[in-house]
Amino acid sequence: MTTPASPRLKAQRRAGLLLTAPAIVALVLLVLLPSSAVIILSLTDYQLGNTQAAFVGFANYRTIAADPDFRHSVRNTLVFVGLVVPGSIIPGLLFALLIEGRTRFKSVYRTAFFLPVTATLVAMSTAWEVLLHPTFGLVNTLLFAAGADKLRFLSNPGIALYAIAGIGIWKQIGFNVVLFLAGLSTIPRELYEAASLDGAEGGWRRYLLVTGPALAPVMLFVTIITTIRAFSEFDTVAVLTDGGPVHSTSVVLFVLYEEAFRYLKIGTGSAIAVMFLMFIALLSLVQTRLAGRARHV
Amino acid sequence: MSERLRSIAANAVLAGASLIMVLPFLWMAMASMAPQGEIFSGAIFLKPSLQAAWGNYAFAFSRAPLLRYMANGVIVCVAIIVCQVAIAAPAGYALAKLPFRGRPVVFAAIVLGLMIPIQVPAIPLYIGLAYAGLLDTYTGLVLPFIISGFAIFLFRQFFTSFPDDVIDAARLDGFSELSIVRRLMLPAAWPAVAAFAVFSFVANWNDLYWPLVVITRPEMMTPPLGLAAFRASGDSAGNVGALMAGGIVITLPLVIVFSTIQKQFIRGMAAPAAPAPAAPAPASQASASPAPSSR
Repeated sequence: MTTPASPRLKAQRRAGLLLTAPAIVALVLLVLLPSSAVIILSLTDYQLGNTQAAFVGFANYRTIAADPDFRHSVRNTLVFVGLVVPGSIIPGLLFALLIEGRTRFKSVYRTAFFLPVTATLVAMSTAWEVLLHPTFGLVNTLLFAAGADKLRFLSNPGIALYAIAGIGIWKQIGFNVVLFLAGLSTIPRELYEAASLDGAEGGWRRYLLVTGPALAPVMLFVTIITTIRAFSEFDTVAVLTDGGPVHSTSVVLFVLYEEAFRYLKIGTGSAIAVMFLMFIALLSLVQTRLAGRARHV
Repeated sequence: MSERLRSIAANAVLAGASLIMVLPFLWMAMASMAPQGEIFSGAIFLKPSLQAAWGNYAFAFSRAPLLRYMANGVIVCVAIIVCQVAIAAPAGYALAKLPFRGRPVVFAAIVLGLMIPIQVPAIPLYIGLAYAGLLDTYTGLVLPFIISGFAIFLFRQFFTSFPDDVIDAARLDGFSELSIVRRLMLPAAWPAVAAFAVFSFVANWNDLYWPLVVITRPEMMTPPLGLAAFRASGDSAGNVGALMAGGIVITLPLVIVFSTIQKQFIRGMAAPAAPAPAAPAPASQASASPAPSSR
């Protein structure tokens, strides 16, 4: 860089502040301030409409920790995450590898897997509800044809969460296939040629030697984003089951929504929001730490 | 295993998986055109009929203001994108090209903000909007999303590779920093803008959480909220065909549009990752004719 005249540098500095000002103001007012406020609210007994509130320490946190409905929702969320994360990443990678290896129909497959990524989940959930209908749903028709009993997927408390997780996997597989395909397309061909010179001709050895390591940053990105999305499950539950039957599908964000916006319990709702934030922050921290080692995706 | 056999096996697996991927969509389309009796029969293929299709779509449009929902969705999404780009482009340029004090702090704050999901600031935002009388308004739907850390990130990355001498030449021609953003940077960043716009549109069109929080009046509902309300109302009870017709109406236009521009969308999705393509525009051209050619 040339040594700039001092007034010009000054002008650039001023312009820099001026051009970032709208972003800073919006960020502070719409994200950072409300996010700090939610921490404060979680320590008070504030009620909507009140002009004052008392500091109650960690009472709200103790209340939700002792609340069986909340504990149940944490368990449900963990089950949901435990199903959706491996259930969408492993097949997602497999399908992406298979698609990448095709010469024909590649774009047909890509479009099919892309569909759930953009389709409105609320609409797709209502379609799944019909497909899973206990009497005339296609899934039950097929089960019956295969000699199995028909299942009340969304109204049996024993299996409703698995049905919701199935929809979650369906949605997330497409997303992951698209990301893996984007990652695979950046792997240089020469790496494969070098690997085959070294005698790694077969699929597995090729994967272990070239694809796996080259795809590691994408794998990290996909794992973190899938985990965050699975923890943020809301739409399907809100639309199809309303957390039921008997709380069997109520997940953390659904309880947060009910607590804060249906029952207007601001204090306990805020406490759940803070715990959700801490969890997301932890995941993001893990990601940045790990990504520091690997090349960022 | 021979190459041919492997290829057949792979295609079989992918065809099966693809069918499951498109199944809810196919089913929705079929059911939206089928008579009630056909849907309840549990048949695998539903025989469509023109009469049934007309009945289902007419019922859906008469009982749920679907066009109003769609118009709301377009208004909200476009307003959000315009605000996001208007705020993010200058900020991205400043972070990439202008040496101002506190730049690392600003950048760190933006990255931090990027990680916070809407559910966290939602309660204070809701209280604030309630006091401001902005519940059940477009402003209430748009406001929380006008700042996109992702967009700033994307623009900063794109602008970093823009040649400095072109910017200096524009300055010598008397361009202010803001007009450099407007007339030099944004046109050059068109691919990034397009990728981001598509990504943002899909995310906000499909969002259920925030509209559910701030909207109660039917005429202000966005497409997903409106469809959820239609499903929950007595109107659609038992009328599966009409409900499916509603689903098709709010999903089909976007799916068609976005499936044809997959590439931009994927670029937006994987953007924080992918190396930014260098912005062209030779220096001589920029200083000779400051107004960039419109594309």
